Amino acid sequence: MAPSGTRRSSYSRRAQYNLFTGYIIAGIGALIGAVLLGLSFFQPSFFGGPRSAAQDAVSPATETAATVRTSSKSLWDSISGYYRAGSKNAELKREMELARIRLEEAEAVRQENVRLKGLLDLQDQERTPVAVARLIGSTASSTRRFAYVGAGEDDGVEVGMPVRSPRGVVGRILETGSDSSRVLLLTDSESVLPVRRAGDEVVAFAEGRGDSLLRIKLINLGINPLEVGDLFVTSGAGGYYPPGIAVAIVTELTDDGGVARIVSDPAATDFVAIEPIFEPDAASGATTPVEEELTD
Amino acid sequence: MERMEPRARSDAYGSRINRSHSPLLANVIPWLSILLGSLLPVFAIAAALPMVPPLGFLTLLAWRLVRPGLLPVWAGFPLGLFDDLFSGQPFGFAILLWSMTMLVIEFVELRLPWRAFWQDWFTAGLLVVVYLLAGWLLSGATPTLPALVALIPQLLMSVLMFPIVARIVARLDRLRLMRWKRV
Repeated sequence: MAPSGTRRSSYSRRAQYNLFTGYIIAGIGALIGAVLLGLSFFQPSFFGGPRSAAQDAVSPATETAATVRTSSKSLWDSISGYYRAGSKNAELKREMELARIRLEEAEAVRQENVRLKGLLDLQDQERTPVAVARLIGSTASSTRRFAYVGAGEDDGVEVGMPVRSPRGVVGRILETGSDSSRVLLLTDSESVLPVRRAGDEVVAFAEGRGDSLLRIKLINLGINPLEVGDLFVTSGAGGYYPPGIAVAIVTELTDDGGVARIVSDPAATDFVAIEPIFEPDAASGATTPVEEELTD
Repeated sequence: MERMEPRARSDAYGSRINRSHSPLLANVIPWLSILLGSLLPVFAIAAALPMVPPLGFLTLLAWRLVRPGLLPVWAGFPLGLFDDLFSGQPFGFAILLWSMTMLVIEFVELRLPWRAFWQDWFTAGLLVVVYLLAGWLLSGATPTLPALVALIPQLLMSVLMFPIVARIVARLDRLRLMRWKRV
């Protein structure tokens, strides 16, 4: 559509001034934006306050939407479950029998574990999550991968706490509001997680690539010991995540490690647990500069 | 007595007799729809890829191109400020880019005062592509090649989405100028 003819007036002084002021304000707005953008590059958490307040304000609506979404998903699951129910049932029964056998074996291993730990005087304390909440939203249109959970400072959530689903690690808390918080997902390109291969001690870093895959970077270089299908779990190094939570499965090999697919896809996740930081001392030690002393 | 054609006294915006536009709706609808567009991607599922088009930006473009002269040139600043609260990009990104977009369209319009829809679509498509690439470059994280490749579906979807958003905006524009008020 063509612009209206009244846009540019050669007679009315007032209209001319209005137009001119508009340009000036738009220019100043762009400048302010550039300054703010520069500021948030150097201090990413600088504008966390207004951002989490805004997220808190919309969280009732997003929470409702998330509830409806997951319940409609489960309705669809139960409908599609009827499709070929008989053959599925038989298959599940076979699997169930196998799983029972494996469970008995695992029980034996657990008892042996308890006995050996008792010999070593190791104590296992129960880890209870700080909060259990829904994933209520995400930054779906941005290159950065953040999600929002419906629990915040009021529930005791703090920055740095690991977020996990029943399947594995989802990410960790980046910003907290009073009843919602922002989660840095594993696939974000700023996320780095120390991992090891399940079953042995091949340690590596799992870095987000920004395209839903993780890059596994081995710490010890040499012959690449990885194979497609290897499962990586958290190693507990760094102090944020407890060891032994599933992270990713290798799908492709590279020179210095591999490319892996995450185990716990946030899109398929409903409720997540926010756990306390595994070793707060180690975590604060990792963020303290070398020049400063940790204890006095 | 001869009856008049009943539609002679009305147009697309309703009856012309005894009715007038609501100034509140006429002024609020464009701004509100853009704010809503900024908010909508938050509701989307937490996918591992950026998939949802930047709806707030598309709505801004559509209002600006479908109805030139309605939004002031400086509209990018307040609307971008709101978008920054929810988009996940570093704060200030949308303020800068949206203000620049409004200025750029203003200058394009000086050169090409009469345009057809496909020219508007071309402008909008170009601006969305630049916007998303700038978002990849200025996301606050190190820009990586896989992330750029992962951007392609979103790019395509955003460009293809513009005619739909423009249609919705045209509908909203009719709603905006509907004659609700009794005089």
